[in-house]
Amino acid sequence: MKKLNRRDFIKYGSGTVAAGAVTLGAPNIALGSTKKVVVVGGGAGGAIAAKYIKKADSSIDVTLIETNKEYYTCFMSNEVLGGDRDISTIRHGYEGLKKHGIHVVHAKATGVDHDAKKVVTDAGDSFGYDRLVLSPGVSLKYGVIEGYDEAAAEIMPHAWKAGPQTSLLRKQLVEMKDGGTVIIAPPGNPFRCPPGPYERACQIAHYLKHNKPKSKILVIDAKDKFSKQGLFTQGWKARYDGMIDWVPAADTGGGVTSVNTAEMTVSTDFDDIQGDVINIIPPQHAGHIAHVAGVTDDSGWCPVDLGTFESTIHAGVYVIGDASAAKGMPKSGYAANSQGKVCATAVVASLNDIEMTDPSYVNTCYSLIAPDYGISVAAVYRLAEDRSKIAKVAGGLTPSDASAEALQREVQYAYSWYDNIVADMFT
Amino acid sequence: MIIKATATALLCMATLMSTTASADPARQAMLVNTCVACHGDNGNSVGPAIPTLAGLSPNYLMGAMLAYKYPDADELEAVIDADLAFEDVEAFNRYGTIMNRLASGYTEDEIKMIAAYFSEQEMHRPEQSFDSAQAKQGKKLHTKYCEKCHEDEGRVADDDTGVLAGQWAPYFLYSMADFTNGDRDMPKKMKIKLKEIQDSVGHAGFEQLAHYYASITD
Repeated sequence: MKKLNRRDFIKYGSGTVAAGAVTLGAPNIALGSTKKVVVVGGGAGGAIAAKYIKKADSSIDVTLIETNKEYYTCFMSNEVLGGDRDISTIRHGYEGLKKHGIHVVHAKATGVDHDAKKVVTDAGDSFGYDRLVLSPGVSLKYGVIEGYDEAAAEIMPHAWKAGPQTSLLRKQLVEMKDGGTVIIAPPGNPFRCPPGPYERACQIAHYLKHNKPKSKILVIDAKDKFSKQGLFTQGWKARYDGMIDWVPAADTGGGVTSVNTAEMTVSTDFDDIQGDVINIIPPQHAGHIAHVAGVTDDSGWCPVDLGTFESTIHAGVYVIGDASAAKGMPKSGYAANSQGKVCATAVVASLNDIEMTDPSYVNTCYSLIAPDYGISVAAVYRLAEDRSKIAKVAGGLTPSDASAEALQREVQYAYSWYDNIVADMFT
Repeated sequence: MIIKATATALLCMATLMSTTASADPARQAMLVNTCVACHGDNGNSVGPAIPTLAGLSPNYLMGAMLAYKYPDADELEAVIDADLAFEDVEAFNRYGTIMNRLASGYTEDEIKMIAAYFSEQEMHRPEQSFDSAQAKQGKKLHTKYCEKCHEDEGRVADDDTGVLAGQWAPYFLYSMADFTNGDRDMPKKMKIKLKEIQDSVGHAGFEQLAHYYASITD
């Protein structure tokens, strides 16, 4: 009944509305009972939430606010560092989402007014919403490692947001002398893409092995264990024996505590270590807008209802992807995709005042050790009955005794995974 | 087994399927959403190593998922015997890298819903690169060894065979490797035919078939 009224309103009232819009000159005039959703952040979570909300209920007016006109996926960006992939292959635009009828606005969201229910951008525009979805990814915490700030990141790239930082780190590797030392400094948990630093070590080693074989990679970790550790250790030994040296936090008193960009050194509690190329992956917290919107807690991440991803701090605001504290799921691209779909379902149900179906979640995550050596972790999840966690009900890692053929296939599956997940996001 | 299926059983099956499928479309969409980031929109994969699921038969899809879920052959048989909806499912042990880890995360009812959805989607046959001469050889092999079960150049799904026409070539070749090295089971008739192909032209025959199926885009 409600839906019929809305359709009728749009059908018969469009002339009036258009005239009104001209008179007021406002781009975001309220279209009667049209429900509005604003999504901030057009990455693995946000692009999906916007698209799946629109797919599920095309009458909802969906606006996606994303700073960049071109999006570089973090997934597969390590292969750019290894040299087997050109950065243009991980660059994607938003034309496909526009074809779904999503308004794509390239601006930086700078504020959220919860009372007026609107998002403000750096262009001075404001966008009203009935429901707000935040998918801002991570912000890097500069200054936690002494001396590591935005300027330092131009000398010691983090490359933890794909794009120019990826190209910069690649350039440094290409320019490095044979016999050089590459330092990678992964952060403590939790952080974006838990296996990422270790896949990166593989991809850089792959490049060095074939181009600068006297070089070394030193991974100075802020942790004592890491994702897919057994499989990575096995892969390092099989393919890059003696080239990658992983140093656990216990051996350095907690990893890198300061950097000196002039000297090209990193310091731990015990030592100063010189590197020719230094990749600092700093600690992280929820993307900036989440803090501005006041949906983060003391952890720096966003507490949410795990069945809907609605903020437990501000009703009507949803947080998905890396920024959310999705207890039980890793901060991965596929997890963000899966959360984006659960959230889209929840938002559509909420706007139509219907009960939401039980959520279902999946994560699949591949890491490329070498061009013919892939490993993965995958899981299916359900919401725990008391909603306290997203509980894994099936899944696991590549078996440690997987055949060479299986490891080779996992690389091809990783590439096809990539083809499909980016098509899901951008077409 | 499929031929033996009576009209009553088919009707019963169809009713069950449609009941499960339409009983909770929201739940069905929720489940399918977890698959499509890897298997493509509506199950039409755009990545050549990952198979397209769109347009496969529900029995085929359920058989595949159940085989991944129950690697133990006896358990698999017991599960199929216990549920009328699986009456016409022929499940063969199946090798997997990821799906064998994921399938047990779904209940039998969820597997039915997922299978129903993908079977109702239209398969889009992608443009794939292929070699015309090889495809021509492949066509001859198909006609001689495969067409009897995989009808209409391997397009037909509703007889519960795998759709070959327009399926991704790399995936097809992985499947053939699994069949021939014993990692994936198959019907007796198929085993005989695969052996005949191998005996006459060797592994090159599967390459030729891959080129042929890749050449079919309509």
